[in-house]
Amino acid sequence: MMSLARFQRLVPRWAPLAAALLLCGCDWAVLNPKGPIGDGNATLLVDSVAIMLVIVVPTIVATLGVAWWFRSSNQRAFYLPDWEYSGQLELIVWAIPLLTIMLLGGVTWIGAHDLDPAKPLVSKEEPLNVQVVSLDWKWLFIYPDQHIASVDRLVIPAGTPIRFSLTSGSVMTAFFVPQLGSMIYTMNRMRTQLYLAADDPGVFRGLATQISGDGFANMHFEVEAKSQRDFYDWLGKARADGPELTPESYIELSKQSVVPAPYTFRTVADGLFDKILDQTLPPGPGPIAETNPGAGARGN
Amino acid sequence: MLGKLTWGAVPFDQPIPLFAGAFVIVVVICVLAFITIKGWVPYLWREWITSVDHKRIGVMYVTLAAVMLLRGFIDAAMMRSQQALAFQSQGYLPPEHYNQIFSAHGTIMIFFVAMPFVIGLMNIVVPLQLGIRDVAFPTLNSISFWLTATGALLVNISLVVGEFSRTGWLPFPPLSELTYSPGVGVDYYLWGVQISGVGTLLTGVNFVTTILKIHAPGMTYMRMPIFTWTALATNLLIVAAFPVLTATLAMLTLDRYLGFHFFTNEAGGNMMMFMNLIWMWGHPEVYILVLPAFGVFSEVVSTFSRKPLFGYRSMVMATMAICVISYTVWLHHFFTMGAGPDVNAVFGVASMIIAVPTGVKIFNWMFTMYGGRVVYPSPMLWSIGFMVTFVIGGLTGVLVAVVPADFMLHNSLFQVAHFHNVIIGGVLFGMFAGYTFWFPKAFGFRLHEGWGKAAFWCWFIGFYLAFMPLYVVGLMGMTRRMQHYDVPEWHPWLLVAGFGAVVVLAGILCQVAQLVVSIRHREELRDLTGDPWMGRSLEWSTSSPPPAFNFAVLPHVEGRDDYWRTARLAERGLGPRVEPTYKAIEMPRNSATGFVCAFFATFGGFGMIWHIWWLVIVALVGAFATFVVFAWRDRTEYEIPAEEVARIDRANRRARGEALATAEALS
Repeated sequence: MMSLARFQRLVPRWAPLAAALLLCGCDWAVLNPKGPIGDGNATLLVDSVAIMLVIVVPTIVATLGVAWWFRSSNQRAFYLPDWEYSGQLELIVWAIPLLTIMLLGGVTWIGAHDLDPAKPLVSKEEPLNVQVVSLDWKWLFIYPDQHIASVDRLVIPAGTPIRFSLTSGSVMTAFFVPQLGSMIYTMNRMRTQLYLAADDPGVFRGLATQISGDGFANMHFEVEAKSQRDFYDWLGKARADGPELTPESYIELSKQSVVPAPYTFRTVADGLFDKILDQTLPPGPGPIAETNPGAGARGN
Repeated sequence: MLGKLTWGAVPFDQPIPLFAGAFVIVVVICVLAFITIKGWVPYLWREWITSVDHKRIGVMYVTLAAVMLLRGFIDAAMMRSQQALAFQSQGYLPPEHYNQIFSAHGTIMIFFVAMPFVIGLMNIVVPLQLGIRDVAFPTLNSISFWLTATGALLVNISLVVGEFSRTGWLPFPPLSELTYSPGVGVDYYLWGVQISGVGTLLTGVNFVTTILKIHAPGMTYMRMPIFTWTALATNLLIVAAFPVLTATLAMLTLDRYLGFHFFTNEAGGNMMMFMNLIWMWGHPEVYILVLPAFGVFSEVVSTFSRKPLFGYRSMVMATMAICVISYTVWLHHFFTMGAGPDVNAVFGVASMIIAVPTGVKIFNWMFTMYGGRVVYPSPMLWSIGFMVTFVIGGLTGVLVAVVPADFMLHNSLFQVAHFHNVIIGGVLFGMFAGYTFWFPKAFGFRLHEGWGKAAFWCWFIGFYLAFMPLYVVGLMGMTRRMQHYDVPEWHPWLLVAGFGAVVVLAGILCQVAQLVVSIRHREELRDLTGDPWMGRSLEWSTSSPPPAFNFAVLPHVEGRDDYWRTARLAERGLGPRVEPTYKAIEMPRNSATGFVCAFFATFGGFGMIWHIWWLVIVALVGAFATFVVFAWRDRTEYEIPAEEVARIDRANRRARGEALATAEALS
């Protein structure tokens, strides 16, 4: 038995370590949200775990406790060799998980509706439209109202809701910025919708979360939330520089490759996103001999 | 002549698969040579390969599972070491190889480890628990096994000839379509899983028929042991779910081979249909695996608590509830597809409801121990380890059914940690408990306890070390299947996870040592009573190993835990002691049908994968001819004369009596 005094001596020694572990929590992107949607999701996540721990911890303790106390060598424990039924206990046994699940089910129902990805965010600001196209193996972000586009870097104004329309220019994958919130699939010929916002300026990590081929691990992107002024500065720079995004350059971009560094397009052909969506612009060609020299050898 | 097959299919330029393949081939040749030189081929052919005895088939299933577990674990070890190394570097596995490894790991662990392990235990135990002589369709049972082995063989051939799928353990289109996966990898997956899936479906038909139609006298439904109940639920799920898998994979096959457009990007194909269909099979599959594990725990906990199972009716009800509800939850695998909030919420709540009967089971096992005299041989350790671990897995499982939480955790390593938590902590621990528990019944001697306990602790600790860090990196936003990464915060956790895999390896080595030591010391570990654990159900009433006909005289069942009751009566010198009247017994004749069918199926599958059409035609004709020959055979059964039955049973009774007397004298 650990004496109380010894326990008290240990507390200060372990306190910094415990604090360090908690501070580490800052790196835990999912639990460290920087926008309203991420906030909502993370809160529900933590609350649900807390509700369940109320049942789970006593269950584990009781299981180990019962198993230990009724060990055959314990002379003090009673033996009920034929005891196999108790109506009251059965009632409790069914009621505990049922009540927990009713509570959590309610939480889920409300949460699923409140945090529906397609539900517009309440804000004084007019939402910014961003069209997202996942390609092999890069992300294309089109700003239709600003007529520019960006590859592998998403720049947004902080405090403004972003209305994402998403599709895929090749295989199915998923768009995810852990610190901003909900993940959503991108699928060819389909448009998914997502609203996100960043509270304050900052840099976040975004990534693809559904295996999409050999370049999958490279399919991450940087998200930069800027102040309104910095955002307009960035728009100005993007408009001044970089190639044009035309149907021809899109077809080149849709071939399998990994982009070494993010870059921007100074103009975007009108309705490009819709043309990808209705397949006027064809889905990516997949592996072709020049980009994947090994492909021929394995039985193509 | 050879379709797409050329020397280019052998990976001469890739040392890892080349040497792995060469090593496996050398080992297989050595084993075959050893067997031939020893002159064991006729024995193996007569007693095992052509056997239709459910116990022998069960042993072969479990052997297949054990061998494939080694292969699957090597894949896991490569993944963990790659992720431990690939921080801001490429590691040692290029993406085209890494992607094959995680695909093969998942495919093998689910289809060729978990499934055969579960089906193997059901084969060994269910007819014995029902008090009958064999399953309903013995030859079909043999076909099921050999088709499963064919699937495993095809998947392993892909190591040396060609490549395996790079799309993950489920081949999501359009990545798995010809445009994006032009190689033979997905074809290996499709034919391997398709052929073994047919075998599994036949098992389902066989066991549903057996459990519903064939019982010992007096074995009513509400007297069946819980393991048999869970086997019934699992096989009902197989019968309902596997046709969906077969159809889904057939559609993908048509896409790839004949230019159909079920799931392609072009021509109106729709990958969302594939997602729905595959998970309509995939979610029940989870319960197909875990329900028999629940059954094992029910048997083990009540046996080693020396008490009947608490709340038998509740357990039956919970099992059947899970069986039904598991069909209504598949959409929770893709909340992030963007279906409306109503759809997501309905499936989220339905998924949570499954936690209710599962929670009931946990409480019932706890109350089974309450008031018991609990002893702790290794099957009981696996059970306690399971109860603690599975509750945590259940918590994270319900968490990802909370729709907004899933929006953050879907496809992350948190998810990976969750399903390993329930599949290792639930299914695998259950199978290991069952393996240790029923090993003496199958072979007549117990497994070595010391090595068994060491294996448990290594697996238990190794599991936590390997997967708790994955929960953490999942919460840090790390997604699954990453060949490399450059986030410094993730790296230390992945190093810990890699170390966990080493501890699990130690557990596997302990299990190998346990088997070797037990075989060498089998005389000391011999079980002469047929009942090494003070068991409760009918399988313990016959000898270990049981004779081919299982029971000399079919038992008359008068209640639940019938064997426990009669055994305790016998201890007090009560109950029937007179020798029964022996009668001749008819048993099914051995048949090579299963093996020959699988032989043709292997070549047929290989021909389909490599577009060697003449081989496919030859294989189809061969398989059909086998079927015709089997259908036309005249003699389907042979008779064991009454004197022979009497001789075997008297010897067993004498051995049991002597063993009990010795035990009594010692105590």
